[in-house]
Amino acid sequence: MFRLQGRSSSRVLAAAALIGFVLVGGWLMAQAPAAPAAPAAPAVEPPKIDPGHTAWMLTATALVLFMTPGLALFYAGMVRTKNVLGTMAHSVFAMGLITIQWVLFGYTIAFGPDTAGGLFGDLGAYLGLSGVDHDKPMPGSVHLFPHLVFCAYQLMFAIITPALITGAFAERVKFGAYCLFMLLWATLVYDPLAHWVWGGGLLANNVAPTPQSWLQNTVGAGALDFAGGTVVHISSGVSALVFILLTGKRKGYPSQRILPNNLGYTVLGAGILWFGWFGFNGGSATASDGLAGLAFTVTHICAASAAVAWAVVEWIHRGKASVLGIASGIVAGLVCITPAAGFVGPISALIMGFIVSPICYYFVAVLKAKLGYDDSLDAFGVHGIGGTVGALCTGIFCQKRYNSGGADGLIMNEWTQFKAQFVAVVVTWVFAGAVTFILVKLLDATIGLRVKPEEEESGLDVSQHGEVGYNL
Amino acid sequence: MKYIIAIVQPSRLEAVKDALSKVEVFRLTVSDVQGIGRQKGHTEVYRGHEYQVNLIRKVKLEIAVNEQFVEPTIEAILKGGRTGDEGKIGDGKIFVLPLEEVVRIRTGERGSEAI
Repeated sequence: MFRLQGRSSSRVLAAAALIGFVLVGGWLMAQAPAAPAAPAAPAVEPPKIDPGHTAWMLTATALVLFMTPGLALFYAGMVRTKNVLGTMAHSVFAMGLITIQWVLFGYTIAFGPDTAGGLFGDLGAYLGLSGVDHDKPMPGSVHLFPHLVFCAYQLMFAIITPALITGAFAERVKFGAYCLFMLLWATLVYDPLAHWVWGGGLLANNVAPTPQSWLQNTVGAGALDFAGGTVVHISSGVSALVFILLTGKRKGYPSQRILPNNLGYTVLGAGILWFGWFGFNGGSATASDGLAGLAFTVTHICAASAAVAWAVVEWIHRGKASVLGIASGIVAGLVCITPAAGFVGPISALIMGFIVSPICYYFVAVLKAKLGYDDSLDAFGVHGIGGTVGALCTGIFCQKRYNSGGADGLIMNEWTQFKAQFVAVVVTWVFAGAVTFILVKLLDATIGLRVKPEEEESGLDVSQHGEVGYNL
Repeated sequence: MKYIIAIVQPSRLEAVKDALSKVEVFRLTVSDVQGIGRQKGHTEVYRGHEYQVNLIRKVKLEIAVNEQFVEPTIEAILKGGRTGDEGKIGDGKIFVLPLEEVVRIRTGERGSEAI
């Protein structure tokens, strides 16, 4: 079947972890999970699945999936009429293609037991989802729900991340080339990065008996990334920037009027994203408990304050608060709270909303026009910058009293976590940027990424899909 | 026979149709158009870029009339098309063109009978 050596080494690891857990077991009985997705953490390994935790994780999984069609609406509303379907296709097709990649080998790269010194997971461990139990929790974890559910939950994250990138290069990329880029990026950027932060790899916040990660050994703490500030938002945002810097602007940008075809979609999409984000952050507690409740609530608070903050900033800057701005503020707040959700308190979340919106606003409405790059739907301005702000704010506002598996941040006069966050951010920027650079150069030189000028003129819907979005 | 083209405010369309039906003019064609006149446009802002929008939405009516209906039609459109008592810039214009031939498709009738 699959490589026996790979399987047996992961079994040895699981067995060692099991013995360790049983020894430490008794007094950790009532603890919340120490780290959301770490494959090895000190606690009693649960003998069976709990229906309450399983129900929440199944729900959270569905909520996160719903974010992808929400993103499709959010983006599609902002493009021209002739590109509305093509833009939706980027998000919706990711649901199909990434699932296949994840099931076959993506999951094992991201969450297989650590090999290659923290770079990626054991390929043999969960290849084709073999060994991923449907009736037992993930070995080496403190989960009280099935391993397969955890795999499905993480899959929804893997789906939406490449879809986020598409916002930058809207209205000008070939569909087939996009599909290839998506597959390669998922395999070479997302899966390793997920492993580094959540799978016990380079940047992880590992707890004994798992060996300390490179980051823990270097700075003294692992990265705190509750639901994907670095893995999802910084990686997609920075990759988006690199992509469009290499492939260039849309024809007629910025001199021609390029107007959104249906901002109603965008507003609806933002609402769906908010709703789904409860699963994105709440489910990252990997339990149905107080921590999930905290993540859920601070997610909401940050989205709300960021929406208000964006409106205020735009009101001051432009004299009117646009509805697109409010929708953008919502998303910026959700992005910002993502790495912090299980580590910060409600007032910190409120403050973070007021920090992220002015910064993202500046990148989106001022700097972009000034520097002239065409990040069409602000994937970098909102996700790249918002994720960076969020990851750093995590190092400022985190408090152990909310999550003993977290850390104390700058507001508690502790600098170590902030330093770890900073390093994690830099590593993510460099890694995502560099690999995307290579991928884009390679694909552009071989199959070509952009559509022909006349196809860009007639629109993606007709040229790439043979369809028309509206027949009013 | 004359062909009357009237550009009116979209908000006045119902009033114009009412006024026309009062003078027994029931058959007409209506289309959505955009135009530039003496009405100033507005500024839209999208993601930090300002756009001047000076193409304003209007409604175009096209009416074929026999000679005796020309003046009543014009009067009706003036009555229905003015915004308020005094009217406003942007209320539109009426063009009267000579109409050479009219043919009813169903029967093949021509001329005044076909209008």
